[in-house]
This record gives sequence, C-alpha cells and structure tokens, in this order.
Amino acid sequence: MAKQMTGAQMVVEALKDQGVDTVFGYPGGAVLPIYDAIFQQDAVKHVLVRHEQGAAHAAEGFARSTGKVGVLLVTSGPGATNAITGLTDALLDSIPLVCLTGQVPTHLIGSDAFQECDTVGITRHCTKHNYLVRSIEDLPRILHEAFYVARSGRPGPVVIDLPKDVQFASGTYQGPVNIQHKTYQPKLKGDMDRIREALAMMQKAKRPVLYTGGGIINSGPVASTLLRELVELTGFPITSTLMGLGAYPASGKNWLGMLGMHGTYEANHTMHDCDLMVCIGARFDDRITGRLDAFSPGSKKIHIDIDPSSINKNVKVDLPIVGDCAHVLEDMVRIWRAESMKADKEALASWWKQINHWRERKSLAFRTSKTTIKPQYAIQRLYELTKNRNCYITTEVGQHQMWAAQHYHFEEPNRWMTSGGLGTMGYGLPAAIGTQMAHPDALVVDIAGEASILMNMQEMSTAVQYRLPVKIFILNNEYMGMVRQWQELLHGGRYAESYSNSLPDFVKLAEAYGGHGIRCSDPADLDRAIMEMIDTPKPVIFDCLVEKEENCFPMIPSGKAHNEMLLAELGDDAGIEIGSVIDEKGKMLV
Amino acid sequence: MNDIAALSPYSSSIGKSKVESHTLSVLVDNEPGVLARVVGLFSGRGYNIESLTVAETAHAEHLSRITIVTTGTPEVVEQISHQLERIVPIHKVTDLSVSGKHMERELAMIKVCGRGENRNEALRLAEAFKAKVIDATIESFIFELTGQPRKIDDFVELMRPIGLVEVSRTGVAAITRGPQPM
Ligand SMILES: Cc1ncc(C[n+]2csc(CCOP(=O)(O)OP(=O)(O)O)c2C)c(N)n1
Ligand SMILES: [Mg+2]
Repeated sequence: MAKQMTGAQMVVEALKDQGVDTVFGYPGGAVLPIYDAIFQQDAVKHVLVRHEQGAAHAAEGFARSTGKVGVLLVTSGPGATNAITGLTDALLDSIPLVCLTGQVPTHLIGSDAFQECDTVGITRHCTKHNYLVRSIEDLPRILHEAFYVARSGRPGPVVIDLPKDVQFASGTYQGPVNIQHKTYQPKLKGDMDRIREALAMMQKAKRPVLYTGGGIINSGPVASTLLRELVELTGFPITSTLMGLGAYPASGKNWLGMLGMHGTYEANHTMHDCDLMVCIGARFDDRITGRLDAFSPGSKKIHIDIDPSSINKNVKVDLPIVGDCAHVLEDMVRIWRAESMKADKEALASWWKQINHWRERKSLAFRTSKTTIKPQYAIQRLYELTKNRNCYITTEVGQHQMWAAQHYHFEEPNRWMTSGGLGTMGYGLPAAIGTQMAHPDALVVDIAGEASILMNMQEMSTAVQYRLPVKIFILNNEYMGMVRQWQELLHGGRYAESYSNSLPDFVKLAEAYGGHGIRCSDPADLDRAIMEMIDTPKPVIFDCLVEKEENCFPMIPSGKAHNEMLLAELGDDAGIEIGSVIDEKGKMLV
Repeated sequence: MNDIAALSPYSSSIGKSKVESHTLSVLVDNEPGVLARVVGLFSGRGYNIESLTVAETAHAEHLSRITIVTTGTPEVVEQISHQLERIVPIHKVTDLSVSGKHMERELAMIKVCGRGENRNEALRLAEAFKAKVIDATIESFIFELTGQPRKIDDFVELMRPIGLVEVSRTGVAAITRGPQPM
C-alpha cells in the first residue's frame, strides 16, 4: 500500500513490514528524525546500548539465536566508525544484519561537515553490500532490498547510509512487494546430477566423514534436522567447525567433537585419514585445515556451499555442489531413502573401530585439582548445571572460548553465539544482550575471559537498564591466556604485555552497575556458586578464579598437519621443549 | 603471490600452476561506487590488474561494461570471477579467455619528437602500423593507433629510439566473436 510519509517514518514502517521488533542503537544528530519516529510508535522496540560496537554484536546475537535479520541504528561519523568491528565480525561469520547509519545532509556530503565520514567507502570492505540513499524516491526500495540481500544466499551485513535531509523529506512509501533483486538471485537447489554423483561416492566410501559448519545453522533448523537424518541413514562419523556446533547433537553417537586447531584427536585424525570428505556449509578455513599441503591427503572431497567463491578457494575439491545446505540435504536424504541406498557397512565397521581407538586417547581429558578450579572443570560444571534448562551460550575470545567449545555440549542449533572468523574480544556480552532480548525467559550465559570482558564492559549498563538477567561467567586466569599460551609456544615464555594487570574487583564492578557479583576460587564451592548465579534474577558477573597457566589442548601448532597434534600430556607433563614444536615457518603464521 | 604466501605452509596446491593473462568482461549496474567495489576487491584480496576499462554501454538499462585484464593461475582467475559475482550490482562475469574466441582492442596516442631523418622514419613506421597522425608540429607528431595491446607495445618500442615523448593508452576493450552476446 502506498502511503505519504517522511523518510524517517518510512524507515520505521519498513522495519515493521520486515517483521523487525527490536533495534539496537545509539542516537546522535544525524539520526534524530528516525529516533523521533521510533518515539511515536510501539511496534519497534529500541534498545539503547552504551557503545555502537555493542549494538552491532547485540544485533548479531539476536540474529544468530533467532535466524532473523538483526538491526542496528547509529549516527553518522563516530557512530558509524564504532560499528565497523561488529560489521566485519558479521561479514566473516555470515550473520545477517541491517545497519542504518545517519549521514550529513546530501548537500554537505564531501565538505568535511561535522561528524561526516565516508560511511559507504569505509564499510564497502566490511559489508556484503551497502547503500547511500540520495533521494526519498529510492528509500522504500533500498530498505526492503537491504533486508533481502542481508538474509539471502550467504547472509551478511548490509549498511544503509541515510542523509538527514532524506530522513526529513516526504515521499510515497511502498511495502515489500516484488523485492526480487534484479541481479542478486542466489542458487538454492543443487545440481541433481552432482547430488547423485555425491551419493554414489558416499555409498562406495570406506572411510567417510561429514565435515559441517556454520552454513547449516544459517540454512535454518530444517538443515540441522536433515543433517541428523543423513547421519542416521549413512552411519557416517560427523565433526563440525566452531561455527557449526549444535547442528548435530553432541550426545549423538556419531559425533566426533569439534575439529581444527583445538579440535579433538578423533575428529582431526578422522579428517586426515578419511577417503571421502563431505563438507557441508564450511569453508576450509586455516583454523580447520592446518598445514594445507598435508590436509587430508588421501581423500576425495565433496563441497556443498551456497557461495561459489568458497569452492576451491583454499582446498581443491573433487565435486562441488553449489546450493543451500537444507535444499541439497533434502535431495540427498530423499534419494537415499527412495532408492534404498546403502553405505558400505563392513568398511564402516572397521573405520569406526579405528575412530574409537582414537577416541580412547581422550584428548579433552585434563588433570583435575582439589585446590584450584581448572577452567575446563568450570565449564563442565556450568554445563552439568545448565544443560536441562533453556540455555544459550555466548563467548568472548581466547582460551575460555575454546574450552567452552570443547566442554559445553550443544544439542540444538542457534544456541551457541561466538565470534569465529574475526575472533573479536568483546563480542560475548553484547551478543548475550541481543540473545536475551530475543529470548527473555531463557538462561543466557557469556563465557568470558577477564581481559575480553573489559572490552565491552559498558554494556553491563544496558543489561541492567532493560532488566536482562545475562550471566557473565569469567574464567579469570589473570592472563590474556591465549596470548600467553602462544608466547609460551613461540616466544620462549617471554610474556610481553599478556598479564592482566590492575584488574577491577569484578564483584564490586557488578554491584556498581546494579547487578550481582559472585567470586569463587574453591572447586568444592563451585556448584553452589553457579547455582547462585542461575537463581539470581538479574545480571550477574561471576568472577571464577581459575588455574592461571593452564594451556588449551589439544592443539595443532601453526604450520602442522592434523596428525601432528599436541596433546595435554605432551604439553604438561612429558617435559618436552614446546618451543621446538613450531618451526620457523609456523612462527610466521597467526 | 607475494613471498610470504609462497613460504607459508598454509599455501595450498591451488595457485601453484602457471600464471596466465585473462580478460574478464563484467556487466554491472551503472551506479555510484560500483567501480570502487571492483577495484577494492582486487586490492583487498591481492589480485593483479593489468588494465581496466569502463564505460556505460546500455544507457536505458543503466548498464556499464568493465573489461579487466588480470594475471593469475587458472585457479586464482576462477576465484576472481566468483568473488566478482558476489558483488551485488554485478550482473555477469565472463572470462573471455576461457569462454571461446574473442576480440581485443586498445587505442593509444603516442607523442614522438624529432627532426630530420628521425621524422621520416617515424612516419614510415606509422604507415606500416596503420597509425594515424592526429596532431603535428615542426618537431612532433601524435599518432593514434588501435589494435591488439601487443601491436601497440611493438610500435612504442620502435618509437623509443626515434624520439618517444609519452604514451596514453585506453586499456583493453573486448568482446566475444560470433552472433551471441557474452
Ligand atoms: C579485539 C581483539 N584484540 C586482540 C585480540 C588478540 N587476542 C586473542 S585472545 C586474547 C586474550 C584474551 O584474554 P582473555 O579474555 O583473558 O581470555 P583467555 O585467553 O585468558 O581465556 C587476545 C588479546 C583479539 N582476539 N581481539
Ligand atoms: Mg584470561
């Protein structure tokens, strides 16, 4: 329906038409008309963050936990530049966002006006697409197109830069009809011949593995259901990247655990020795492959991905299938069933025997302590005490993130929000806020490090304002632990600037913000303290004092292959010189 | 590929085959910023641009055609095509070097200065290359030459000892042969 209204009103109208009920943002001169329009209605709720980076990560948490497009609204200049990290984060992890930025009036663009910056220029490299709206006539189309681009194909962040005069101008609003984009039409269905070829390869495989990733989560819950069916039908072992955790349940009998740099022994060895790798919605990232020329040398590789540029980018594959995971999985499962296809049972049995042998290595095992809380133990207890609740986990970045991925077990998709591609410290708290906004009755826990949490600590104030009872569970090792670990491995144990000096008293900090603070350092008291956290109906900072110099294992050192992992015993006890484990080439890598 | 990448144990077998020159034809919406997106992609991902031309080719449909000559292994060039296809206002990317026969032309203006025998030699060579004189003074000529980039290279080399002053080239425009569009 065509209606006359101002540009600012069109923005709000389009949000409603796109089903958006929550916007994360921060006001400023260049977006005041939009704030005025938001003020005069109730359908779209605005959440005031304390820093625009927080708005972007909150929108990411919202998007990741719901499958919807996350929306943020920021002012021109510093508002836009503060959002850049969050946009880049969303680009690397393929999270659908629409970011509305204010801009100086069109006649001032290019004049270095107050709070002017070249937002479309700056965000060109960290968005899937962006728009500068030059006239009110273009606005309705661009608003709806932006949502379409953000959520279609491989999802990603889209910026709409809105000059202030366009926000004030009047024009005719058009709803989201005919939003079929004239050029951007990603292919959803996979090529049937190739799908059949893939199924033929799968029936013949003797040592197969399913390697899955965040693409399954992006494809929606149906993709996870279909994936589970495929595993059931084939009996194949399955592993996943950090981004794909929860697509297949951690309790499922074919689950190998996460793969990659801090993945399990069994997952990485299965990848290395397989004869058929079926990659579904993952992208052969360097954290996954390790040394490329030694990556799964003897396997045929099938790659299912919606983004053609992901195919053959890092690893050459034998059979690419371009399409949406859910669509392709649906065809695979349907044909497998209809034609009563069979995997090679005998070969699989001996493959599983080998895998179970690797499993016996118990690569996630760690030495417990009666006197200090081991970080892995803290996650284990958190998991045991929250697993039967409606729980969502976010993380910051560092060792605690990897321990969370290893020791918190996910049964469903969309329950795990972490910064994978960009590795952004400061992601977890705002992401938890966005997640809690979407799921008010759920238990949302940010598993944090004491260094990371300080990067967006200010968002505690947001949590208090909106009565969002997020739990910040800090594994406080008084180090930027992951940096310290690398310095131990690569730089002779010279811990340059990685000690977390002058930390605040987190309990008092929680109270200063109006939340609740808990400190625990005794393993015997941990369960009680975690229960206190869960039972407190407001934001909590849990300062969990853990073993300070614990390392995160298993680990594939930089520049090494999947079958050259470091295991806990090796690193902790055998007394070998870890400095020699990474060679000169490896040191150059990140 | 830079030295670090060549050293890296993460560098794959991809990209180890022979480096070739490819001509890509890219159909885009003629909207602000589209060229910046294309150029930014090349610089951001470390791809080469040997030459780049752009102009509107269909006014009513607001379409422009960008012709890019790039170098890379076949795998890298395929990756470039796919990365270009991700850019939202790009309609179509065709690698003319693999899609069949195509024509390539470039225009150059070449300023040559000299007197006496050099002047005659320049004119003789220009005639042989079918270059046109588009400006002349007592001591200089400007030649206009259209052809394959290689032909222009050759002509420029021949003019160098005679008194080459400067060259302005358009970069390559290209089109597929036969009745079909790209
Ligand atoms: C914004 C940002 N800056 C720097 C880094 C590099 N970095 C990765 S992990 C890490 C240390 C994190 O320390 P902490 O939050 O205490 O987690 P821990 O490793 O101790 O569990 C740093 C500095 C990063 N990932 N993000
Ligand atoms: Mg720490």
